[in-house]
Amino acid sequence: MLKDQDRIFTNLYGMHDRSLKGAMKRGHWDGTAGLIALGRDKLIDIVKASGLRGRGGAGFPTGMKWSFMPKVSDGRPSYLVINADESEPGTCKDREIMRHDPHTLIEGALIASFAMGANTCYIYLRGEYIREREALQAAIDECYDAGLLGKNAAKSGFDFDLYLHHGAGAYICGEETALLESLEGKKGMPRMKPPFPAGAGLYGCPTTVNNVESIAVVPTILRRGAEWFASFGRPNNTGTKLFGISGHVVHPCVVEESMSIPLRELLETHCGGVRGGWKNLKAVIPGGSSVPLLTAAQCDDAIMDFDWLREQRSGLGTAAVIVMDQSTDVIKAIWRLSKFYKHESCGQCTPCREGTGWMMRVMDRLVRGEAEIEEIDMLISVTKQVEGHTICALGDAAAWPIQGLVRAFRDEIEDRIKARKTGRISAVAAE
Amino acid sequence: MTLPADLETRIRHLVAHEGGPRAAMLETLRSVQAAEGWVSDERLAQVAAVLGVTPAELDGVASFYSLIFRRPVGRTVILLCDGASCGLNGADAIRDAIRDRLGIGYGQTTPDGRFTLINSACVGGCDRAPAAVVGPDRTLVGPLTPALLEELIGGAP
Repeated sequence: MLKDQDRIFTNLYGMHDRSLKGAMKRGHWDGTAGLIALGRDKLIDIVKASGLRGRGGAGFPTGMKWSFMPKVSDGRPSYLVINADESEPGTCKDREIMRHDPHTLIEGALIASFAMGANTCYIYLRGEYIREREALQAAIDECYDAGLLGKNAAKSGFDFDLYLHHGAGAYICGEETALLESLEGKKGMPRMKPPFPAGAGLYGCPTTVNNVESIAVVPTILRRGAEWFASFGRPNNTGTKLFGISGHVVHPCVVEESMSIPLRELLETHCGGVRGGWKNLKAVIPGGSSVPLLTAAQCDDAIMDFDWLREQRSGLGTAAVIVMDQSTDVIKAIWRLSKFYKHESCGQCTPCREGTGWMMRVMDRLVRGEAEIEEIDMLISVTKQVEGHTICALGDAAAWPIQGLVRAFRDEIEDRIKARKTGRISAVAAE
Repeated sequence: MTLPADLETRIRHLVAHEGGPRAAMLETLRSVQAAEGWVSDERLAQVAAVLGVTPAELDGVASFYSLIFRRPVGRTVILLCDGASCGLNGADAIRDAIRDRLGIGYGQTTPDGRFTLINSACVGGCDRAPAAVVGPDRTLVGPLTPALLEELIGGAP
């Protein structure tokens, strides 16, 4: 188990004072000007050396992303945009940072913006997060009053402004280019890439979009050193990580743990284990709704990191662990995701707009068993026609959970179809 | 009904603040909704005229975001999560309990204008499933039980 002294988010549960005074007592905003004095290149080198990979889902190396930003401005300003549009079903980790430990994020925003030469940073917060907006805005106001933001921020000689922007309920706005569109006041429809945001992002200016957690861990990495951060987890999967565990565990929670922690240890140490015991486990979605599920057999020695889960044809995603016990109707659980993606498809690309509807309607019938066995392969064929054929990854995200379901639970789907045909009562569970 | 002067002032301020009428579209809609609870066709056209965009363009933005309401809603909007984790933890039973108690399903408003029930894909309360976001200040509540539901309904304006 991660030791308390190695936790970055020391107020994750709101047990302590979240104000600036409280945050300073816990070691935040300590010598920030000194960190900035290290200079842009050094800061990026440290983040690269720490092995930090983006915490929003894709796991792209954060330091490398920063290094794509122009070193010298061509006259356009540069922007850092922080993605706080946490909408991936199962995910509730960034919420805890913003609500209880907002100064980790604000200090990180200052340092990261400096490292990228961005004098302005926007935090794009999802529309449902009102308490989080209040907490974050209060913390930002405190920082302005204390001279930590604004002109000569934290006496670093660097001018820096931080703004909160509130979304209005659209999952797709978590996709980085859709987020930029939304930030510009428009419909959040993803843009074609290239150009990548580092070349032409917000209002056509160089922009980097980072997840809340990726930014909030930066000040601690700088204070404690890249080696410290890299000492957790397996090579290429370093650091501490927030996991959000929900579904059929005894105590659902958000917890900071070492990357590469075995899944079973994660659930049994922090969540009281699977409801009804480990043997009662049916499946786990390890990284939010977009990644394929793991079967109970795979879970036995599952390691929670980017590479291990990718090898299992799943993914760490946002590290939102959704646990399903034996009582779960797993077909219906995945149907719920199909319904979600159909609703959230922005409609821009035909394969996704039409495909998510097709997938949902077939899933709808599979839940009831009102289908032909051949339709399972037809469904997979539809997912393949959506996957990789859209501007953004929403199409892939809609396809993968279905592919994972069919890979792991084809027997159960077929059994339900056969049962329906013969009038036999199949083992349809509560969910 | 003409556009209230204070709303028009606010919109002009937003345009200046955001640096242009398009950038101000979403915030403008939010301001209208904050004042009136929803965005009517009449207001949409008036606001579009102030911004200098077409009503169609503004409606495109309005209808894109699920938290901009283009139909009247009740005083208390219940955004009930029926996402992945909440679904596993009994969101459908809560939906049924609301239907039994208030007589409304998803997308419906009680005849007395007190409650509107809307299903939300995920409210980010997965560790408190089944969860909902309730009321004008969007308080996250969960795990929902019939007793907690009763308390919420009783305490709502």
